[in-house]
Amino acid sequence: MKSALASFITVVALGIVLMFALPHTTDMFGLMQMTVFVVMAIFALSQGFIWGYGGIMSFGQAAFFGLGGYTYAVAAINFGDSTGAVALAIIVPGLFAALLGYFMFYGRISDAYIGVITLTVTVILFNLINATSGDWYTIGNAPLGGFNGMPSVPTLNMPGDPSTILDPEQLWYVTIATLILVYVLLRGILASRLGRVIVAIRENETRATLIGYDPRLYKLITFIIGAMIAGIGGCLYTNWGAFISPTVFALAMSAQVIIYVLVGGLGTLLGPILGAVLIQWLISFAGSQSAVDSNLVLGVVLVAFVLLVPQGLVPVVRDTITGFWQRRAGTGSEEQKQTTRGAEVRS
Amino acid sequence: MSTSSVPLLEAKGLTMRFGGVTANEDVNFLLREVELRCLIGPNGAGKSTFFKMLTGQLTPSEGKVFFRGQDITGAKSHEIARHGIGIKTQIPNVFNGLSVHENIFVAAARNKSMQQTKRIASATLERLGLTGIAHRIVGQLAHGQRQWVEIGTVLAQEPELILLDEPAAGMTHEEIVRTAELIREINKTQAIIVVEHDMQFIRMIAKTVTVFNQGRILIEDDVDVVLADQRVRDVYLGKQAA
Ligand SMILES: Nc1ncnc2c1ncn2[C@@H]1O[C@H](COP(=O)(O)OP(=O)(O)OP(=O)(O)O)[C@@H](O)[C@H]1O
Ligand SMILES: [Mg+2]
Repeated sequence: MKSALASFITVVALGIVLMFALPHTTDMFGLMQMTVFVVMAIFALSQGFIWGYGGIMSFGQAAFFGLGGYTYAVAAINFGDSTGAVALAIIVPGLFAALLGYFMFYGRISDAYIGVITLTVTVILFNLINATSGDWYTIGNAPLGGFNGMPSVPTLNMPGDPSTILDPEQLWYVTIATLILVYVLLRGILASRLGRVIVAIRENETRATLIGYDPRLYKLITFIIGAMIAGIGGCLYTNWGAFISPTVFALAMSAQVIIYVLVGGLGTLLGPILGAVLIQWLISFAGSQSAVDSNLVLGVVLVAFVLLVPQGLVPVVRDTITGFWQRRAGTGSEEQKQTTRGAEVRS
Repeated sequence: MSTSSVPLLEAKGLTMRFGGVTANEDVNFLLREVELRCLIGPNGAGKSTFFKMLTGQLTPSEGKVFFRGQDITGAKSHEIARHGIGIKTQIPNVFNGLSVHENIFVAAARNKSMQQTKRIASATLERLGLTGIAHRIVGQLAHGQRQWVEIGTVLAQEPELILLDEPAAGMTHEEIVRTAELIREINKTQAIIVVEHDMQFIRMIAKTVTVFNQGRILIEDDVDVVLADQRVRDVYLGKQAA
């Protein structure tokens, strides 16, 4: 319990240090790049939460990411103020997840089909948005633009003050502060009764039911929380480039976020964050060498991890560190070891 | 609440068919408030199927289940649990990846304040002698201890009726004796139905025994009468007349 609190405080502290240190240690290009990495880390948290803790295998988190991004774009163009647009970019994916989740969980759809359905929904959204070229497909003043996407989306302004637009450095602060906030929020949920029941249902749905919990409701709540987080990610993604296109709904997006989680460590929160940043960094590094295809990089990383580090980075590193301290303490009794392993299952 | 006229549990004509297999047929069963009942019968007699119908894990093909006079036939498992029926299943159902404490805590937490939950959880751990291993992961415990953890999750939800499907399976003799003591103590406040094959165990706890055979109730009487009954002996020796 104590070590869980210590690691939580450490992660938050490191996040805050990074937040303030980075603008002083890198150029504008580096800062912009880290901003999009952090956006992907938020996206990864949404997948990591519903899959690693809720046991829900969604192949379509990109649907909520994309919905968040498009909702923001449409709303920001129409409102001329980003404040309400940000709220909508969280609410709309949440509502969509509520509808889809209700149908899936209350319709007793089996786990395997949840993967299929979420995947299908993403493909449908991709095709729908792709087909919205032309003036006919306009929401208010915002043309959806089909496969060309939506350029020149108004980016974040000071809340309630549309005349003061955030510069890229300020956007960095907002983005990483959001990541830290989402992390803290999820930690809070996991420590609460709600989170503990969510994890218990993942562990044994029958037992949870027999002690009076309705798994359908808890899975629905988990799914909605995940969708809202993905929506925030999508919103910040649109802000990063002042642009959004249907590629956010592409299968590659859904696949990528699953790989972040697998590489970083399923059943952890830090894992998806580090997985996202690491892989995005690798891809952009490989891209700058221009000799290597980014999909190839992703593929190689995935295969290497599945074969060599199937638990993912964070669990391996944590085991190594606790093993080291126990050896130093010299009295790593069996009981202690089991306790630390237990903490890992939970955190 | 506990008027003697309304039984705690009543099953009327319960029947469960799986395709061609009839696992339970026309089972009529009554249980009073705070009663302790033992349920025995050879393998495949339909004891676990009966429990599954009582707890909503199976919907009966025919018949009805009443809990304090209220029809709960076909209700969902979590709804039945909320009415106050808890079950330890034959194949253990615990949260294997979680600690002992977390297992009990989650079971105690439904519909209760944090303080109440903590109090119930620690009292339950104490009662089952699990306090010393509260932070161990359940999946790593010995079979007998995991049985107690599962019984603990059932107790922590504070049900009025507790169903125990083979609670002593896989336990050492010492553990069995302790489990028998525990059951007698729980029975001071709560009704219990125990399914067991271990006759020594049955003798330790039983007053009234119901015998299942081939999906039906064969006999229901005091433990001494039942265990002396020739038909019961035949059933257990596999000499059931065709
Ligand atoms: N889901 C099912 N589908 C088909 N047949 C089943 C199913 N569940 C139980 N049965 C059958 O119903 C009969 C009763 O099974 P049940 O598990 O209730 O017996 P039991 O009295 O609990 O036996 P044991 O003492 O071995 O646990 C058996 O013949 C069993 O094969
Ligand atoms: Mg059985």
